[in-house]
Amino acid sequence: MREFKIGKATRAAYGETLAELGEEFREIVVLDADLSKSTHTYIFAEKFPDRFFNFGIAEANMVGAAAGLARCGKIPFCSSFACFMVNKSYEQIRISVAGSGLSVKFVASHGGISVGEDGFTQQSVEDIALMCTFPDFTVVAPADEVYTRWLIREVAKREGPFYIRTQRPKAPIIYENKNNFEWGKYIKLEEGDDVAIFSYGLTVSECLKAHDLLKEKGIKASVYDAPFIKPIDETTVLEVAKKIKRIVVVEEHLKDGGLGSRVASFISENYPVPVKIIAIDDTYAESGKPDELFDKYGISHKKIFEKILDFIG
Amino acid sequence: MEISLKEILTEKALKVRRKIIRMLAKAGSGHPGGSLSMVEILVTLYFADILRYREEDPFWPERDRVVLSKGHGVPALYAVWSEIGWIPEHMLWTLRKINSPLQGHPDRRKLPILEISSGSLGQGLSVGIGMALAGKMDKKDYRVYVIMGDGEMDEGQVWEGAMFANFHRLNNLTVIVDYNKFQLDGAIEEILDFSPLDEKWRSFGWEVFEVDGHSFDELKDVFEKVKNNNFEKPQCIIAHTVKGKGVSFMENNNAFHGKAPTKEQAIEALKELGEENPEI
Repeated sequence: MREFKIGKATRAAYGETLAELGEEFREIVVLDADLSKSTHTYIFAEKFPDRFFNFGIAEANMVGAAAGLARCGKIPFCSSFACFMVNKSYEQIRISVAGSGLSVKFVASHGGISVGEDGFTQQSVEDIALMCTFPDFTVVAPADEVYTRWLIREVAKREGPFYIRTQRPKAPIIYENKNNFEWGKYIKLEEGDDVAIFSYGLTVSECLKAHDLLKEKGIKASVYDAPFIKPIDETTVLEVAKKIKRIVVVEEHLKDGGLGSRVASFISENYPVPVKIIAIDDTYAESGKPDELFDKYGISHKKIFEKILDFIG
Repeated sequence: MEISLKEILTEKALKVRRKIIRMLAKAGSGHPGGSLSMVEILVTLYFADILRYREEDPFWPERDRVVLSKGHGVPALYAVWSEIGWIPEHMLWTLRKINSPLQGHPDRRKLPILEISSGSLGQGLSVGIGMALAGKMDKKDYRVYVIMGDGEMDEGQVWEGAMFANFHRLNNLTVIVDYNKFQLDGAIEEILDFSPLDEKWRSFGWEVFEVDGHSFDELKDVFEKVKNNNFEKPQCIIAHTVKGKGVSFMENNNAFHGKAPTKEQAIEALKELGEENPEI
């Protein structure tokens, strides 16, 4: 089983990239709700204090102001923890941003349960599902710092509202020798015809490890990094369904309403093959180390390996 | 105020009220009470040389921004905009009907001259804050006016915004509270009494003014004050109004908060508003 070089957290890569982009994109403004040290927007704040606004612990007001800034031609990047950004401001995002047709870039850190010891209140297991409900939103979750840097630069350039989910822990490097990606496309990391695995964020490296364990059993798995949750990469998913005929989706999110739901719904309408979703099943998690939590809630490489063995019989 | 201007404003207000009544009667639903209570506020802003705007270009980047936070009162805004020519009169009669740009509550995706969509109460001040911040950053001298209902004062987001706007000294931002003393379920003082409202805003650091929200003299005076005095802080104008103002059987009658007049009631109302043989 492979080992990964551990890189920076995706939230850190976001903060650094944003500060780089500030020079080039003079219309970028950054908003945070008293979590800039954690979301890493503080780097931008130090470099461009006139274009950074700390709203205090008041997410609703922050989101409304982001809408107003966007309405006046600014490019607002709005950050907080995923749980607060999404859950506390869901309605403000609905009316003032999505329902007003405005381009606000939401980049939330601490997505998933890998937040760890802080417990369920600070973890986010429903952010993807909720953010996918907004018309015209693009929802993306990067796996490592390399992809994050590319993604944030793209998002700054592109019109439209975005939700980007970054995460707390340092992330294993997936893309050591790559820095150009194709917008909207999934990335094949391993090739194998017995089963195809799609995942995003920190569970991508878990899937690659599960791939290695499956290989020892003579099972060949394809592994895809699937950062685009909305819209999904339909072309790749359809190709894989036709060729491999067994799909597994692994995600650090509730089973309901995440990438698995979206892939399953697309597949059932277009080319029905079995889809297995390995995710958090109708519960909140708890305090603990990220790897302990991944194991207990069924998304560690070991659990992924066991569930895939069971799935393909 | 010059007599001629007052006559013009009075006439505009009458026309706007007639349009509101017709729109709502034709739509068969909507919110007369809170639309009628803010007619003088809007008419003074748009027709007494207060707002900076260009009749020929509602998107003019240097325009003053009007954010209607109390979205349910939007028929009043549609009526005023039809007086300017931004909305053709025939379109008014499509209010709330399928495929109309004139949605029951403001929808910017359907009517792009709106600054923002609204209707979920409590959100407009924050949007206005973003616009005021953008104006400061870009060194533009447009002003932002946020029109709020009194029921909106219940929303926590309003006070998040009140705190922020003063802290950042957004003196290019003015809130106007249409204080008509009722919310959907009844009288404010019975549902959630927030009096004294002036002291609340003042304690959040704002310049506060109280006016009769149906007096053109008082409204023009206070709007000129906030526009010209270069206050250090954001300003809140508490406009004391009468819900359903202008139609005797709607005034202070909360049954007309969210219920359109019937055809007969509308004809009655239009007669009160000076039409001789009104037809719907």
